[in-house]
Order: sequence, then structure tokens, then C-alpha cells
Amino acid sequence: MKLQRHGILAGLTLTATLALAACGTDTNTSPATGTSGGSSAASAISCASGKLTAQGSTAQANAVAQWVKDYQTACSGADIAYQATGSGAGQQAFIAGTADFAGSDSPLAAADQPKGDARCKTGPAIHLPMVVGPLAVVYNVSGVTSLQLKAPTIAKIFAGKVTTWNDPAIAADNPGATLPATKILTVHRSDSSGTTDNFTKYLTASAAGDWTFGHDKTWKAPGGDAEKGNDGVAGSLNKADGSIAYVEWSFAQANNLKMAKIGNANGEFVELTGEAAGKTIASAKTGGASADDLVLTIDYNTKEPGAYPIVLVSYEVVCEKGNSPDTLALLKSFLTYTASTAGQASATKVGYAPLPDSVRTKVASTVSTLS
Amino acid sequence: MSQSPYAGSAETAAAVSAEPAPTPAPSPRRSRTPLGGGGALPGRKRFGPESVFRALSTASGATVLVIIVAIATFLLVKAVPAIRSDKANFLTFKDWFPDDPVNPRWGIAALVYGTVVCSIVALTVAVPVSIGIALCLTHYAPRRLATSLGFLIDLLAAVPSIVFGLWGRDYFFYPVRDFSAWLHRYFGWIPLFGSDGPYGKSILLGSLVLAIMVLPIITSLSREVFRQTPVMNEEAALALGATRWEMIRMAVLPYGRPGLIASVMLGLGRALGETIALALTLGSTYLISPDIIENGGNTIAANIANKFGEASDTGRSALIASGLVLFGITLVVNVSARAIIYRRREFTGSLA
Repeated sequence: MKLQRHGILAGLTLTATLALAACGTDTNTSPATGTSGGSSAASAISCASGKLTAQGSTAQANAVAQWVKDYQTACSGADIAYQATGSGAGQQAFIAGTADFAGSDSPLAAADQPKGDARCKTGPAIHLPMVVGPLAVVYNVSGVTSLQLKAPTIAKIFAGKVTTWNDPAIAADNPGATLPATKILTVHRSDSSGTTDNFTKYLTASAAGDWTFGHDKTWKAPGGDAEKGNDGVAGSLNKADGSIAYVEWSFAQANNLKMAKIGNANGEFVELTGEAAGKTIASAKTGGASADDLVLTIDYNTKEPGAYPIVLVSYEVVCEKGNSPDTLALLKSFLTYTASTAGQASATKVGYAPLPDSVRTKVASTVSTLS
Repeated sequence: MSQSPYAGSAETAAAVSAEPAPTPAPSPRRSRTPLGGGGALPGRKRFGPESVFRALSTASGATVLVIIVAIATFLLVKAVPAIRSDKANFLTFKDWFPDDPVNPRWGIAALVYGTVVCSIVALTVAVPVSIGIALCLTHYAPRRLATSLGFLIDLLAAVPSIVFGLWGRDYFFYPVRDFSAWLHRYFGWIPLFGSDGPYGKSILLGSLVLAIMVLPIITSLSREVFRQTPVMNEEAALALGATRWEMIRMAVLPYGRPGLIASVMLGLGRALGETIALALTLGSTYLISPDIIENGGNTIAANIANKFGEASDTGRSALIASGLVLFGITLVVNVSARAIIYRRREFTGSLA
């Protein structure tokens, strides 16, 4: 009896330790979330009180969480809740009127736009580009500390046409570098995700000849290793020598992954920085139903010097007119902060790139006209 | 003829249950003395505890049937329209794109292959080890050690599968990776170990984790079975000059074979249905290849766990359709297990 009791205790302890240890290695701590942009942020916030409910994209969840934290630290009377339910769910909640604004990685579909307009009663539903999330191509190859890749090479690697690191295609992008004969293991997402969609959009646009799988939220190329979520991909990359993957920038930073320099259409190899990603956004065409509807069409083949081409734009979908008077003041105040330089700077701390000023000022002026 | 107490009691139990049927039912009136001389026993009442209990146990027995039929109906109703809307062949297509709005295509070929191969490899590893442990506990280890070891084995069965999954993904991964490299280096000429790296989350990793998970099930069942071996048989073998190994081979193993098969089949059932540990340790790609150290592999249950979260309506129905296939596979496995045990029923009392 005594033995059994001790055994149970030992078993429980062992189980708990294992579970905790397993959690520990997987934790993805976003850098510097603790030190939110205290004083600089507070100056940009003009407080409003009330309650705001929003949901949508998981890609912008960390940025919105950071903004909500900044805002609520500065303003005690504000209660803002953002649920990361996914872009599609966010759009549906916005249309149903249960969300005051929706975070979405893609604009409302043509079929949903009239429904969104109807929900706003007196004014159309508009898109405000708010979050720029660059995607990093990360690798783990022992002996390789710097890597340059052009779009066709990336496409060939992820399509399984290039299988070793010393393949001539990779060597051609990295003149003078010594590359090992290690086999390549590509890691992709097992779940359906906007990250995969944007990455394959980039490959489709920039390497049409080598990438024949189209773009989709589900990965369609054969082979490799599939992992759930950005953190799953990042964790798997650390474990296998010779692997390459695509993740959101924040996860690449948090896990200290080596990021490849990407060849842009201007013929340069560009390191991923907030500024370089912003250049691609700045060269994007704005278009939409009205002048205030800021839907961006990203040109992955932009000739802009120094532009990092693989970026994701996430929108806030709001009503231009016809917002509920209870929430309007807080909505305007919160979005004014997120579209301010201080707000954008705060988001860079959690792994996003700031909106280029040309786009940011348009967004800010549209926010000020919301009614 | 000295049977083991276990088999003996089973026989008498069977005899007792068979007896009341041919005897004429005593009349419901209490006044007459019942047959068999039980003068003090009360007669049968119309609404006594006897009939209430009979109704209750019959209802419980029927519940099993109702549940099975309900699950089968649910799976069929959801699966059939999904399979109809599939643009590819459900049985032979190996990828899984049911969420494609224009051209939904999916098939279970790779999933069924992965499920079966994972289970086979896991059992190939687990069964010999389990039998070894069980024989050690019953015939070799000193009693005190056997008790505590047996307890540890049961403890292993109580560890939740998510813990096995995380452990497999984050720790067991490394030794298996190196083991895969070693296998390829020396046995690379066998197609099973053909992949030349990089090694990672392969069918081998999933199967080994699975083997550890089915180990306690097979061990504790076969331990019980070996314990039932009639002591007379064992002593007779030893008295005829058999060594301990010969005694085990001649007396213990033949006696325990049907029970052993039953325990392996139970382990197989667990292996086929195991979900989260495999969702974490397999490469989650749709792969049909004889190579078990190559990255990738997926099983029906693991695929459901990975995909259900963001699946669209079609995607969900497609996953349920794959669940129907798994249901069918387990049904076939269980029926064939029954058939094997039934054929060898002369060896066993109640194990079937």
C-alpha cells in the first residue's frame, strides 16, 4: 500500500515535470512584450472610454494585443477585446454586427462586400491596412551563416526540385560561399494559414516557371515536413540540420533563426528589416470601392531599390459611416493610435514592420473621418 | 484432473448459467417449495428485484448496440454526401485538399497506409518486448521485484497520450534521428531504411512512441494470461527434465496463446486509434513509401486531430468520412481477432 502511494506520487511528479518541460521548450516569447511603449505611446493616445469588441486575423493578433495593452495602460476607462479567431470568422462577426471591427488578412470578398455595407447602414465597410507582417525564409544549415536566395531558387527548393544545399542553383545565388552537400528538408505548415497563402502568392508571382502549385492557404507541394503553427515550424527548424522554412518575422526573431536575404526584382539581395518590408508596401497600388477604401495590391516584383518582397498586409475592416454612437469615440481614438507613428513603432517591438509613411498618413486621415 | 482454479471456476460458472434454462420454471406462488430443496428460499415474484435487475442488465447490454449503431449511422450520414462531392477518387487519391473552393479533392490512400504501417511497426517492436516483460514478471523475477515492476508498467498505461506525444517530439526525437542515420548507414540497402536524410519526424519515430504506449496494455494482459497457466502443467514439464525455457515453451506459451492473441489485438486497437501522440510525432505529410525513416507520414486519427480546427464544412465531412474508414478497419481487426480466438477456444475458458 505504502509502495503504491509513493509510486503514485512519483508518477504524478514525473508526469507534471514532463508536461512542464515540454511546454517550456516550445514557449514563444515575443521580444520585449513586457516593456510596452509607455511614455512615447501614451503621448499619442487621446483617451476615450467605453467597450470595443473585435475579432479576426491571427496574423495581426500580437500587434493588436500590444496596442490594446498600450492603450489600456494609458486609458483606464477603455475596455478593448480582440479575439484571434481567424480572418474569415472575423469578417463574418463584423457582418453579423457582433464585432465593432474585424482584423482580416484579405479584403472582403465581392459577395461579402454588400453584406458589410448593409451592416454599416449609412456608409460602406472600408479596409484600413494597419499591420505589415513580413515573412522570413529561415534556414538551419551547419556551416552556413549567410544565405542569399532568388525567388526561382526558393520555388525550386520548396517544390523539391533542388534537394541538396550545394546544388548549382543555390551556389549561383551565393557566389564564393562554401555550401555543404547536406540534403534539404523543407518545412511547411500543416494547418491552413494566411502565412502559407501569402508565401505561395509570392512564389506564384515571382517564380511562375518553377512554382506550379498556385496559391492557397493549404500547402500543396509534395514532400518535406509539416508542422502546426508558426511556432511548430520554428521549433522543428531548430532540430534538423539542412532544413528551410517560412515563418512570420516575429517568430524568426523570437527563436533566433537565421534568415535568408531575398533577391528582389531590382536584382539586389535584401536583408529583412522593417524599412525594407515597408518599401514593398509603399510601392503597392491602393484601390478599392472609394478613395477611403484602402485595399492594397502588393507588387511582389517591385523594382523599388532595397525592397524586401515577401510581405503580408493585414487590414482592419470598419464602417466608414454608421458606427454605433456608443463605440465611435473609442474606435476612432484606438485606430488613431494604431495608425500613429508611436503605434506603429510599438508594433515593431513584437515583430511587425511599420507602415510606410505614405500609406500611414492616408490611413490616419481616413480614421479621422470615421463617423 | 486438476485444472487451474480459474479455468475450473469458469467451467462451473458456465454450467450454472446453463442449468436454469431446461428446468421448468417454478410457479410464482410462494407456498410451494421450489425444486432443489431450497425450502428457505423465497419463490419468484412478478416484480421482484430479480426481474428488475434482469431488465436493468438487459438494458445495459442493449446500450452497447445502440451506441455502436448510432456512431455508425452518424458516420455514414455525414460521410456519404462528402464522398459524393469529392472530385478525386476517395480510395486511391493520396492528398487532402477538401477546402479548395473550386476543386475539392481528397483521398484516404496515404492515411490508411500510414495507419496500418505505423501500427504494424509499433506491434513488431512492442509484442516481443511485452511478452518478455510478462514472462520475466511471472516466471523469472523475485516476487517483490515483480510486484513493483508490474506496478510501474501499469503506471505507464496511465500516462496521457499528449505527454507521450510531447516527449516524443521534443526528446525522443534526437535518439531516433541518430538511430535512423545508423540504420541507413548499415541497412540502407533495405528499402525500409532507404532515405538519406535529413531525418526527423518519420513513421519510425511515431511507431516507436506508439510501441511504448501499447507496451503496458499487452504486458499486463499477457502477464495475467501467463499467471493462469496450471501449476501442474509447469511442474510436470520441469519434472520431465525440461529447463525453464523449455517449460515456458511447452507449457506456458501454448496455454496462453489465445489470451496473447487477444492482448495483441487490444494493443492493435489502441495503435490504430491513437491520435494526439501521432499528430505530434509524425511529419503530417501524405506519403506512401516503403521507407519508414523518411520525413512524413500521417494516420487517419492524427489527420483528424490536425485538420479539424480550421476545416470548412466540406473539410469536416471529409474528415468524418475518413473516420468511417477507420471505424471499418477496427471492425475488421476485431472480428478477425475474435475469429482467431474462437478457432482456438479449446485452450481457453473465458478469455474469448
